[in-house]
Amino acid sequence: MRHRSHVVRGVVASQAVELPPFSEFLEEHKGTVFRFLMAAVGPHEADDAFQETFVAALRAYPRLTDASKLDRWVLRIASRKAIDHHRAAGRRAIPSGDLPEHPAAPGGRAELDGDLRAAVASLPPKQRVAVVHRHVLDRSYADVAEVMGISEEAARANVYQGVKKLRELMT
Amino acid sequence: MKSTDLKKLGGGREADRLAELAAKALAGTAADAGLLDVALGGLESPVGELLVAVTPRGLAYVAFEDEERDELLARLSRQLSPRILEHPKATDEVRRQLDEYFAGDRTRFELKLDRRLMRGISRDVLAATARVPFGRTTTYGTLAERIGRPRASRAVGNALGSNPIPIVVPCHRVLRAGGDVGGYAGGPSRKRRLLTLEGSLPTGARGA
Repeated sequence: MRHRSHVVRGVVASQAVELPPFSEFLEEHKGTVFRFLMAAVGPHEADDAFQETFVAALRAYPRLTDASKLDRWVLRIASRKAIDHHRAAGRRAIPSGDLPEHPAAPGGRAELDGDLRAAVASLPPKQRVAVVHRHVLDRSYADVAEVMGISEEAARANVYQGVKKLRELMT
Repeated sequence: MKSTDLKKLGGGREADRLAELAAKALAGTAADAGLLDVALGGLESPVGELLVAVTPRGLAYVAFEDEERDELLARLSRQLSPRILEHPKATDEVRRQLDEYFAGDRTRFELKLDRRLMRGISRDVLAATARVPFGRTTTYGTLAERIGRPRASRAVGNALGSNPIPIVVPCHRVLRAGGDVGGYAGGPSRKRRLLTLEGSLPTGARGA
């Protein structure tokens, strides 16, 4: 059950969906948010970004009036945090070894994953977040647009540009 | 590069384990930020597993294990705050005192109570109930008199039945006039168990 609206729809269609206890909300969305952040900010920063995302959610939670789109709501917060983290990380020195400058290294899977991770990390933040929503979480372009607060056209463009750059970096 | 490679960046199974840990850690982060309004913790007891809900004002709820958990959380969410998380650490003092009580090392609870879940006449009834000491019992009628409504013993029964803080507010010490243990939100066998533990019922005694 992703949205409680399915349960009440048809019974009291006009009534706003009741906000679940935060514990239930966390239980339902922690996996998706963590996977998103693992991919969007990397394994080292994912935990911090996760805490920031859910603390921000908890802060705003009692004021929510409609609980029917909670997964998109929390992903919107996570997207903002991912972009913030990207900016913060950009101010830190990135060890050159992390960049996929030497794709010739015929390593095993771990190295390929590491290279891909570094390639994703090198994308501009919006492209990175859009690519992750689309290709890690399998979201529709409409969803990507909604959680990023951009048009569907812009969502497609960001995903397209991002994937194109990744292909260049990984070949 | 294939999109299946991208998918792996989400962390696969490992991400689920890490998400679990991160979610556990969140309660502490939230409490430190002053954003946790209801902390949940569990403990084992001779009357089964108990779930306790603690707010910044004090202990608000003690639930027996047969209470439906989702329903209970929805109710706490509506009536207290939706900012609810499992955070056993915030319930340590309550759990410690309950452990001592069940071990026979405590006859009086020294806990702040959050009485927001007691409505109307229940507040008076439960306040009077809280003054019935360990090892003693009283009756619905006596309690009705004590709150100045001698004919309200049915209302007293209802108030006790909806006691949000059983054991700590000892509604199990209120019996029927004839000496039958009477009803109990947690079931009569738990009531007998608690009374036996307090020495108010001989071991193995049977109630109505």
